[in-house]
Amino acid sequence: MGTFVMDGKEYEADEAKTVLEVARANGIEIPTLCYHKSLTPYGACRLCLVEIFWGQKSRLYTACTYPAWEGMVVKTASEKVMRARRLILELLLAEAPASPEIKELAERFGVTGTRFRGQRKGEDNRCILCGLCVRICQDVLGVSAIGFKGRGDGREIATPFGKFSEVCATCGSCATVCPTRAIEIDTISIHPPKPIPSEFETGLVSRPCIYIPFPQAAPNKPVIDRKNCMHFKYGACTICQDVCPANAVDYSQQDEIVEEDVGAIVVATGFDLLSDECYGEYGYGKYPDVISSLQFERLLSASGPTGGEVRRPSDGKVPETVVFLQCIGSRDLSKEISYCSKICCMYTAKHTMLYKHKVHHGQAYVFYMDIRSGGKNYEEFVRRAVEEDGAIYLRGRVSRIFERNGKLVVRGADTLSGASVEIDADLVVLATAMTAQPGIEKLAQKLGVSYDQYKFLSEAHPKLRPVETNSAGIFLAGACQAPKDIPEAVAQGSAAASKVLGLFSPEELTREPIVAEVDEESCVGCFYCQLVCPYGAVEVKEIRDRNGNLIKTVASANKGVCQGCGACVATCRSNSIDLQGFKDEQIYAEINAL
Amino acid sequence: MDSGLTLEGSSEERAKGWEPKITAFVCNWCTYAGADLAGTSRLRYRPQVRVIKLPCTGRIDPLFILKAFERGSDGVLVSGCHPGDCHYTSGNYHARRRFGTFRKLLEFLGIDLRRVQFSWVSAAEGAKWAQVVDEVTQKIWELGPFEGYRRISD
Repeated sequence: MGTFVMDGKEYEADEAKTVLEVARANGIEIPTLCYHKSLTPYGACRLCLVEIFWGQKSRLYTACTYPAWEGMVVKTASEKVMRARRLILELLLAEAPASPEIKELAERFGVTGTRFRGQRKGEDNRCILCGLCVRICQDVLGVSAIGFKGRGDGREIATPFGKFSEVCATCGSCATVCPTRAIEIDTISIHPPKPIPSEFETGLVSRPCIYIPFPQAAPNKPVIDRKNCMHFKYGACTICQDVCPANAVDYSQQDEIVEEDVGAIVVATGFDLLSDECYGEYGYGKYPDVISSLQFERLLSASGPTGGEVRRPSDGKVPETVVFLQCIGSRDLSKEISYCSKICCMYTAKHTMLYKHKVHHGQAYVFYMDIRSGGKNYEEFVRRAVEEDGAIYLRGRVSRIFERNGKLVVRGADTLSGASVEIDADLVVLATAMTAQPGIEKLAQKLGVSYDQYKFLSEAHPKLRPVETNSAGIFLAGACQAPKDIPEAVAQGSAAASKVLGLFSPEELTREPIVAEVDEESCVGCFYCQLVCPYGAVEVKEIRDRNGNLIKTVASANKGVCQGCGACVATCRSNSIDLQGFKDEQIYAEINAL
Repeated sequence: MDSGLTLEGSSEERAKGWEPKITAFVCNWCTYAGADLAGTSRLRYRPQVRVIKLPCTGRIDPLFILKAFERGSDGVLVSGCHPGDCHYTSGNYHARRRFGTFRKLLEFLGIDLRRVQFSWVSAAEGAKWAQVVDEVTQKIWELGPFEGYRRISD
């Protein structure tokens, strides 16, 4: 096409683009308030006024609506533009005196006060009538829950008849897009807005519907929460797709089922934590400052919701007294968990130390039953928490946590001194039990792996084969087998990997010859044997004639997978399968010999 | 030799010093290992039980039991891993279910159900194995010789 000149430089002219788009693409700053990439330009706020010269004459036009025509000359910061901009900012300051964003924007251009007085909406007003909320709701979401009401002085954003909107989907787009945070959703929607708790941040903060699950996610790309996403619920909104500069958002993606033939499987599905609500007397869920240890981890983390500062969830203040409770659920038959979760004594000591390093004047208390610190340097570590970081360890359990005078009173026992203690805590951290992942039994049943009453997966031998299962080729690693800490999980991972390599590295698979064999002549293909086989070793085999026509379908035992239990032999109705080494003939011979 | 078995009142055979012949079908991983442990622990128990080793109780065909009776056993003992501990995951469950049904057939055949005994013995339970053998041998001795098959052939 041709070119036009902006601030002394030449740019490609394109009628389909606006001056603002070209400016933004080339790093020229033009302030806007009512512009949004997903919406057609509105020209409401007038902040983007630029001076456009045609020959000798010039006029001020909004850059957001003016096309980038060939041959024009644009000045984005001429004297005329700056004068107009400052006036507009004064008007905005008068309109929305309560908005810090407007004040900041005004200060950037040297406007600190306003000569105008017409504060028709009062000192608390922040709305500048830019219309972004109305247009987003109408054009992008397709809901139209709010609109403009009135004209002139009385113009405002409102719901129909001023009543709560029944169609508002509480998506929060209006509040998100408002440049001055003037929208309050609870004045619009009949339903209270429900933030989506961030799973990774253990519910301490909320997350949007399109989000990167956690900083180390692989692939490190955002995902869309289909259940809550407005596009998938109402079909309209495409804001994320509109703003993405790489055009990477694809709403049509579907779940894929991927099939792979593999020679070995390592199950390393990890653990879950017991719900903190298990002890109602500790007030989890009732008091926001009673949190789980994993939530405390997120508070301590530099990439967490508080940037690594320890703050109470209720009011954001730094807690001076933190009480840690160990054995929440673990070692408690009334909660049907009789095992020890192994990691809590050590991480609680770590928590007390990190807390003290971050809050120098803070005091940590730990209520414990026993201290289990059996690893390398573990005992010394716990002693350091007590001796160097001043953690006070109280051997006893806590009977109740309640609120009094704004503090959380933790009432427990100190069995070593024989006294009962009451501590006024600012924050309480519960070290909840490690449990198996929910639904792991379904995976275990599919794989043919046994599990115990706690749904931890069973190893082949507790001492001699800790990373193998009873099924050949399936190995275990990590907390899915039993509670354990990181060095142990890593060791098990290495062990499982080496077992797999040991399985794969020889040229041939060596195994005991006790395998099932099918007599294909007599097999009727009922596949009862397949139903009883715990390992899925019975396969379907088609017997075809020379021309490829199917004669019959029979069972066939996979000699690599069969473990030689013989359940199939006892089940076969046509006596067509036998176990080599323990054949019917052989056993009858033994019986006859008695 | 004094078999050490006791009963008040006795049948003809018992009076003659008859000893029961008991066939035990055991699983390799639990009961057989438990019996082995009883041996290495030098435990003393009744010698009348003859052990047939199988990979798993799930391998046991009910016909084995009938064959054992046919070939002169007076009693049969089936012993495997505890429920939940089967080395092959589910073999002992199959065995348990199978014999729930098989008992009806045994009844129909006229075999005294008390002659077929079941137990769970794990690889660590050497003492339990010895105890089970003693108890079963005592029970079968009290029931006397198994006449069923012989009478049919007469």
